[in-house]
Amino acid sequence: MSEVLWNTAASFTAQSTSITTFDSFAVSVVVKIAFALGLFFVVPIVGGYLEHKVMGRMQARRGPVEAGPFGTLQLVADGIKFIQKEDVIPRAADRWVFAAAPGVALVPGMLIFLVLPFGPGVFALDLELGLFYALAISSVSVLGILMGGWASANKFSLIGGLRAGGQLIAYELPLILAAITVAVQAGTLSLVGIVEAQATFMLPGTEINVWYVFPQILGFGIFFLAAMAELSRPPFDMPIADSELVFGYMTEYTGIKFAMFLLTEYGGMILMSALMVVLYLGGWQLLPGVPLPGCEGTGGLFDCGVTGTLLGVGITLGKIMALVFLMVWARVAYPRLREDQLQRFAWLVLVPLALLNLALVGVAKVVF
Amino acid sequence: MATTSPPGVGLMKGLAVTIKHLFRYPATQMYPKERPDLPPRTRGVIALMDENCTVCMLCSRECPDWCIYIDSHKETVPPAKEGGRARTRNVLDRFAIDFSLCMYCGICVEVCPFDALWWSPEFEYAEYEIDGLLHEMGKLREWMDTVPPPPPLDAGAVPPAEAADAIAKKEKELEAEAAKQQETEAKEQEAAAPADGGDGKPKKAEVKVEGAGEIDQETYDQLIAEGKSERIARSKAKAAWVRKEKERLAAEQEAGGGDDAPAEKPKAADVHVEAGEIDQETYDQLIAEGKSERMARAKAKAAYVRKQKAKLAEEAAAGGGDDGDGGAASSEAAGDEAPEDAEAAEPKQGKLADVHVEGAGEIDQETFDQLIAEGKSERIARSKAKAAWVRKQKQAQLEEGGGS
Ligand code: SF4
Ligand code: SF4
Repeated sequence: MSEVLWNTAASFTAQSTSITTFDSFAVSVVVKIAFALGLFFVVPIVGGYLEHKVMGRMQARRGPVEAGPFGTLQLVADGIKFIQKEDVIPRAADRWVFAAAPGVALVPGMLIFLVLPFGPGVFALDLELGLFYALAISSVSVLGILMGGWASANKFSLIGGLRAGGQLIAYELPLILAAITVAVQAGTLSLVGIVEAQATFMLPGTEINVWYVFPQILGFGIFFLAAMAELSRPPFDMPIADSELVFGYMTEYTGIKFAMFLLTEYGGMILMSALMVVLYLGGWQLLPGVPLPGCEGTGGLFDCGVTGTLLGVGITLGKIMALVFLMVWARVAYPRLREDQLQRFAWLVLVPLALLNLALVGVAKVVF
Repeated sequence: MATTSPPGVGLMKGLAVTIKHLFRYPATQMYPKERPDLPPRTRGVIALMDENCTVCMLCSRECPDWCIYIDSHKETVPPAKEGGRARTRNVLDRFAIDFSLCMYCGICVEVCPFDALWWSPEFEYAEYEIDGLLHEMGKLREWMDTVPPPPPLDAGAVPPAEAADAIAKKEKELEAEAAKQQETEAKEQEAAAPADGGDGKPKKAEVKVEGAGEIDQETYDQLIAEGKSERIARSKAKAAWVRKEKERLAAEQEAGGGDDAPAEKPKAADVHVEAGEIDQETYDQLIAEGKSERMARAKAKAAYVRKQKAKLAEEAAAGGGDDGDGGAASSEAAGDEAPEDAEAAEPKQGKLADVHVEGAGEIDQETFDQLIAEGKSERIARSKAKAAWVRKQKQAQLEEGGGS
């Protein structure tokens, strides 16, 4: 946290590249918080709408159609409904832990939005340790889930919470190993720096610019699968497993707290997709080696004018939604794994592959 | 592990199926905006045609939920004819179905023998108060307006019993017409040929053709080839067969009956035949044609009776022939049993009613068993068997009297 404050303070004096940084510290902080919060509440709703629609059509349904034009406001309507619902706390529950759990799960998601670059200069902070920060903060979410599972005083919740703990630990490892590999190749932990490194990365011996997804296709696959498991999304939804555990750690939650858990899931989907876009898909670049219109100036990636900036944000969001679509597609197509299959898959397949990937990239980095 | 495919093929198939559906039109019917397309026999709501209801109470008794309420009173109807008997009739006072209890099993509609209950596809009659789901007679009657006409039968389906009866009637009419025509033709022929005396030319109208079921294959094939529907071709071919058969029989009769002048042919109706047996041949044939079991049985029974009558008449005629006025040479089968029957046949004709038989109570076990086997109710079988016993007794007495 002191890192954030320190950086925020630093950006007050230093000439920052972020468009959310102003000369007045107070204004700057307010704008950054509003930026992160706005993204956190709007983008997941768009992602959720996409999921509703795509899942509906893949199942020969229509998905939401009534709320707003083409059902676009369905998730807003759902949110209003959740707010109106009675907030039930089981008598045997550990009241304070029970009440705090959704917040503990939700807030880390908001905090990651601080470091994610969405376009040329469109980010709140450019932390030196951006990738480290993002991965560390996202792991806090599991604490909220464990708290919720434990505090509910319900066997289904407890089993769900413990499953979530086991699953998140198992998949954290390949996720981090894949991310480290990117950091090794880029030579930086800053998310903005990684995007920049991809813009200048040439295939060895040629002048062809490529994103990291090409040399690290294996790492991308590992990261994608591990991210889906981290988010407990089908086919990796054992912590929720509605046919076995009612609703896992969310069983006893109602109303706004339940909505917070749901928002954590959708927000997590956006976050993981955004991380993948930044790490592997070249951030806000349209095509490898093709500068955005307006970005041809001396500032390169970061000085694009108004149109270039807006276009960059649009491209980032488009890539995020494409990845969300992939996640939904996998969700519709595949049934849930069994708990033992899940653990086996993580420890016997993903971790060795991630280590192999790291070794290969490390060797290649030294050789070329 | 019957089939093993390389790893990942199944996963790809899953993705392919889902992505295909993404670009298909969804199956959703937008109900309140679009009306659902319901088949005519949808179990939406039950309608009552109250003028058809005879208050037989079958529906109310069969309803598994006991949710049909019927009240009625009896009315006396004055006799239709002078000196007739006054009749009583049930008049419906109340007919209500409680749709909050009804489970839409359809038993009431199925069981109503008078077509008073119908299914209507209307389904939008939800209520805020549960009382509103008790639909009284007026409301049930209003639903009747929403009952759609039944869908047309599939091509080649067995026609409904009513239609089959009508067709049979029409066939019979055509038959009679054809017979009349033949008669006139025959008369013309007769006029041309030298008359060999004798008023007893068998009338063509009396020529009965058995076994309504065969078809004239030639005609059938031809009609099918012409593109007629199977149903039409079959019925026309059947008519053609009947026509041909009649011609054949008439020709036979003419050949046989031309020589002599037989005494009046015993009328078929005078001869009594024990009903009960069926003509197995006819039955098999009708079943093979796809007729319902009930219809086949009834027709086969009728065929049997007809045959029996024909046989008895022949016998009687043969017996009469011995007495001197020339044999009835209607067909080949005559004459075998004539000697034994000759004595009995004569007195049997008129005097059966004169003989008094004592002991009303015994039954003819044979008849009884047979009727039971045919599925008749015990009551009916018993009364018929009793009658059969009486008849047999009388005959025995008559035979005794004739012998002595
Ligand atoms: S459909 Fe309803 S009213 Fe008719 S018999 Fe069944 S339960 Fe009774
Ligand atoms: S079964 Fe038909 S005729 Fe008999 S009471 Fe019911 S509706 Fe009336």
